[in-house]
Amino acid sequence: MTTIGTPPKEYLLAVEGLTVSFDGFKAVNDLSFYVDENEIRVIIGPNGAGKTTVLDLICGKTKSSAGSIRFREKELTKMSESQIVLAGVGRKFQTPSIYDDLTVFENLEISYPRGRSVLGALTFKRDAAVRERVAEVAEAIFLKDRLHDNAAFLSHGQKQWLEIGMLLIQDPELLMLDEPVAGMSVSERIKTAELLNTIIKNRSVLVIEHDMKFVEDIAHKVTVLHQGKILSEGSMEKVKNDPKVVEVYLGH
Amino acid sequence: MKRAPSFMDLKDLIAVGLLAIILIVVFPALLDGFRLNLVAKYLTYAFVAVGLVLCWGLGGILSLGQGVFFALGGYGMAMYLKLEASSVENTKIQSTPGIPDFMDWNQITELPYFWQPFHSLPLTILLIILIPALFGFVIGSAMFKRRVSGVYFAIITQALAAIATILIIGQQGYTGGVNGITDLRTLHGWDIRTDSAKFILYFVNAILLLCIVGFAMYVRDSKLGRILVAMRDKEDRVRFSGYSVANFQIFVFCLAGVFAAIGGAMFTLNVGFMSPSLVGIVPSIEMVIFTAVGGRLSILGAVYGTLAVNFAKTSLSESFPELWLLGLGGLFIAVVLVFPNGLAGIWRDYVQPHIDRALKLNSKDPTDPAANVAKQAAAASPAE
Ligand SMILES: Nc1ncnc2c1ncn2[C@@H]1O[C@H](COP(=O)(O)OP(=O)(O)O)[C@@H](O)[C@H]1O
Ligand SMILES: [Mg+2]
Repeated sequence: MTTIGTPPKEYLLAVEGLTVSFDGFKAVNDLSFYVDENEIRVIIGPNGAGKTTVLDLICGKTKSSAGSIRFREKELTKMSESQIVLAGVGRKFQTPSIYDDLTVFENLEISYPRGRSVLGALTFKRDAAVRERVAEVAEAIFLKDRLHDNAAFLSHGQKQWLEIGMLLIQDPELLMLDEPVAGMSVSERIKTAELLNTIIKNRSVLVIEHDMKFVEDIAHKVTVLHQGKILSEGSMEKVKNDPKVVEVYLGH
Repeated sequence: MKRAPSFMDLKDLIAVGLLAIILIVVFPALLDGFRLNLVAKYLTYAFVAVGLVLCWGLGGILSLGQGVFFALGGYGMAMYLKLEASSVENTKIQSTPGIPDFMDWNQITELPYFWQPFHSLPLTILLIILIPALFGFVIGSAMFKRRVSGVYFAIITQALAAIATILIIGQQGYTGGVNGITDLRTLHGWDIRTDSAKFILYFVNAILLLCIVGFAMYVRDSKLGRILVAMRDKEDRVRFSGYSVANFQIFVFCLAGVFAAIGGAMFTLNVGFMSPSLVGIVPSIEMVIFTAVGGRLSILGAVYGTLAVNFAKTSLSESFPELWLLGLGGLFIAVVLVFPNGLAGIWRDYVQPHIDRALKLNSKDPTDPAANVAKQAAAASPAE
């Protein structure tokens, strides 16, 4: 472990000594970092640095080889994906991951946090509370005119928004976004930044992003990852002027 | 593409009503007793096909072992009927009277313990539901919790079908072997071999199938139905929306299994025997083909697909028995390559538009198609 002793205060998310190796290759290597409540943390770093893998580990998609991930007193490394979601962690994937064969309404409805057991799903009622919440979120993600279209017919940017909406309706305490503006047009980026600025209130957010303008706009703190390890961490100002960061990431 | 999510909307109601009329009025009016009994047999396969629509069509879980479930229901019913036919009175010439004749031929002198519950009709009916559900649960848990899916799952279920056949044939003292369980006579004292009994059983079967169709539609239109579609599309996303994907897969696999078992039990009642020829790999694959021909996403399509393929099979194999398997294979390839949505897709793309147009010509206020679409969307919209 790189940290000596336990951190003095209670963090929302405490990642310690996290390691995963794929056939001997350590994609994440003895990584430790802490995220505060209501903090917006951005992870940056070159391609292949292990950013996506960190999110995979937190949300249970990938099992760690060593280390711990504590979220609100719960050890996430021992929990299943759906249990981690119920604990309050939501995750957006790098490429839009939505249900093409369902409508926008149905995509959002499935993410509504009720009726998640087999019996609950079978007896789920589409009541006023559900409809109102779906309408509210659809409005926020600029898709209120597309509620009854199949998600397959949305543009790439709209699909990204839909997935963000699916997380929003889930109302997680920790929201993890993997390159939310990648592949978007300039105008879509502006709208997305606006959207993220409204949805990050009252929760902690872990964002992976390459767009430095976007990062400067939202980040409280930045973690720079390189070869599965932390290269630098701190305020945007500090990280930007760190020669190591300039060399491996910002320089080119 | 879009379906109003409410259970049994007007369109569904009309379609199910039409099927009910065909099954309950048209067939009995047009067909003689022999043909009607054949239709009854086909309809017992439709129970399996409807289950496959939920499991495979919606959920993306292809099972090539539905014959096993069909057998669990079919043999359950056959065991009850056989015990009733094997009263001490009826079997007094055997060396051990009171047990099924095939056991006696195999030098078995005592009814095996697992046959005992099938003395009771209520218990038999319960077991026809419970055993396949339990079997589906055990297999489903073993597979889906380990994330076995797709082709691997299909192959394993196919192996189960093969094992089941081998077991049934090998244990002939307990199961009647390759001949199956035959010479069935009465159900709780009611002779099922008479023409009038067959006529009544046809209706029982048809009505039961309509109930299963209704229930399947309820499942499809519930949120669970949409989760199945979501799972087929993006299993991981469903997981990360907080659902235990394995539990949903186990549920739909069990449900399809129970449907198949009810079909199997009705087969035994309508046809009068149960044998391993309905259990193995070939019948299991045939059931998948019925579903594919009907359109694997369409519950009603599954019923029509089953009827169509079986009518074709009967008429073809009466004249060219050796050609049937080739024809079946060709049909499957044609459906997959040319009509992936089967009969239901052909109906939707080629027939439904004409009906819609005809209806619109007759209606008094001529609206342009765009407005009409908008109106439909508004009607389907749950927000209005
Ligand atoms: N499931 C996996 N199996 C093997 N290697 C993997 C797996 N996931 C990620 N990797 C490897 O780990 C490294 C980090 O990947 P990733 O986390 O996707 O990087 P980033 O998101 O920072 O671009 C890459 O070299 C990638 O090839
Ligand atoms: Mg990545």
